[in-house]
Amino acid sequence: MEKEYKISNGNKPVSLLCLVAGVVLFVTALVMDFMGTGNTLRGAFLVLGAVGIFFGLFLLPTEKHHRRIINVIFLFPLLFAFAVTVIIPLVLGIGYSFTDWDGIRMTKIVGFENYAKMFTQPSFIWSILITFLFVVFNMILVNLVAFLLALLCTSKIKGLGFFRAAYFLPNLIGGIVLGYIWQFIFSNVVTKWTAALFNSQYSMLSDTPTAFIAIIIVYVWQYAGYIMLIYITGLNTVPGEVLEAAAIDGATPLQTLFNIKIPMIAPTVTICTFLTLTSAFKMFDVNLSLTNGTGSVADFLGSYLTNGTEMLALNIYSTAVVENKYSFGEAKAVLFFIILAIVSIIQVRITSSKEVEL
Amino acid sequence: MHTKEKTSSVVIKLVIAVLVSVYVLFPFFLVVINSCKATADITSNPIGFNGVSIKQLIQNLNDVINNTHFLFWQAFGFSVIITVLSLVLLAVFGGMAAWVICRNNKKKWSTIIYFVFIASMIIPFQVVMLPLISTFRDVGKFIGIPMLQSVPGIVFAYLGFGGAMTVFILNGFIKGIPYELEEAASIDGCPPEQIFFRIIFPLLTPVITTITILNGMWIWNDYLLPSMMLGQNGAVKTLPVAVQAFVGSYVKQWNMILSAALLAIVPMVIVFLVAQKQIMNGMIEGAVKG
Repeated sequence: MEKEYKISNGNKPVSLLCLVAGVVLFVTALVMDFMGTGNTLRGAFLVLGAVGIFFGLFLLPTEKHHRRIINVIFLFPLLFAFAVTVIIPLVLGIGYSFTDWDGIRMTKIVGFENYAKMFTQPSFIWSILITFLFVVFNMILVNLVAFLLALLCTSKIKGLGFFRAAYFLPNLIGGIVLGYIWQFIFSNVVTKWTAALFNSQYSMLSDTPTAFIAIIIVYVWQYAGYIMLIYITGLNTVPGEVLEAAAIDGATPLQTLFNIKIPMIAPTVTICTFLTLTSAFKMFDVNLSLTNGTGSVADFLGSYLTNGTEMLALNIYSTAVVENKYSFGEAKAVLFFIILAIVSIIQVRITSSKEVEL
Repeated sequence: MHTKEKTSSVVIKLVIAVLVSVYVLFPFFLVVINSCKATADITSNPIGFNGVSIKQLIQNLNDVINNTHFLFWQAFGFSVIITVLSLVLLAVFGGMAAWVICRNNKKKWSTIIYFVFIASMIIPFQVVMLPLISTFRDVGKFIGIPMLQSVPGIVFAYLGFGGAMTVFILNGFIKGIPYELEEAASIDGCPPEQIFFRIIFPLLTPVITTITILNGMWIWNDYLLPSMMLGQNGAVKTLPVAVQAFVGSYVKQWNMILSAALLAIVPMVIVFLVAQKQIMNGMIEGAVKG
């Protein structure tokens, strides 16, 4: 073992060679980058140079600092990716929201103009309102349906494995595909039923309120199976002896449910409530493919709106990507971020206070 | 149990369970049967079996697979490559980072990194997506490796976006691995990198299954990030982007759209049938720990 350690923990000539080669390649690439020469090899040089430097450091024969070098090498890939994809864009984005940035360049700082403007835009206020409405409806319905399904799936019926898997299945499929499948159902299948029942082909997607209900139907259909699984896990932690004792004492099933099961799975209820809350806030794919935010509103704050079913996430997307108003969209996104942050902080507060009680 | 449930209530529950599963599976049933029809048969009778034939199915699938907006095999291939590469890198780099963070949790830098990771989990994609594109465009131009419309670029982005949750879940697990194990190996002369790859990493298998499922479900189905980074009609396309581009160009041609949906659904359903238990358990663990 001793020998292996020595070999693996250092090889001076190779280490130095790697370090020197790495630095040379890296610097050459950087020089080429700054000079703006269109040499396509510079990317490869840069990557090879960085790998060389790390490899050289790794082989450096130093027992004292080896652990520290390993720490740096192990942390670097993930932290680097994280910084470039999350931290830098976040800082830039918040900055851009105070400018007239158009996606490529900015000419001046406009202060809070973008923020002030969005609250004078009826279509955006409408989006906020229906998003909150959607979140509330969704939170109640998904949890209710999921909890009832979980009760069903923890009772003693045959084929439980099949039912659980079947109810969970919609959650596997991406929102884009699901949205188009349901668009088909609402515009081609449900219309046949309304034609048979009321003698008129009525598509739920053609009116704003019914289209909104349609989105809720699809989302509950997609999400309830997943939340159900979490409730099942929670219900399974309720000890059998407690339920038996309750049954011996003559508790009715309803009493057992409200006085034993629900209080005992309170932490699960918290988890599921916040899961549905945040996911409903972020809902985008189904919104895009099912209605694309369309729907007319005759008069809202004195304006005629055409974005009747456009939730916040989609509103941000269309403002920036479709209408090309980048800094304005970014300001809306920052507001979206603040709303989600507040929700998350409340969640952490509630969860940690529950833990103290336990 | 002492008390047997009444047979009547069991029957009622079973009937409800069957009815709900019929409702839940009905859309999938519609996709399958209507993929086997021509458009005229779909519009005249979307629920019935009139006009269902294997021949029509093959023809629909052929039309869809070779459609220039869809190019199923290409999109499927890119989706597989991007998902697999992202998952492998997230598991390895995530494990490495989580181990270092966890084993130095008394040090200030480690606490700060961990806190930043956790805090970043509430950041919605919308707030970073616009500057992300411009940053990636500029970085790509600068270093000479295209970061937009390229596989390495999007894998790099998934590494960044998936990192926080991966580290969070792995960290919780590594905490439970006794440190004495590492000390003993260290006294025997085992260097830290070998301690990780030979001792710790193999022990992480169950939790890596969990994060792979969580990240895999998200990356495979993700639409917004690839649509922004790869573009709607770029050379590199994932399945959700291809479906969106395809449907956008074939309004109301339901036999084509539903056949495309069928093609997009089938891979996921096959994976689910094979690894049903792991997927359901992974999703539960992710929710309870996340």
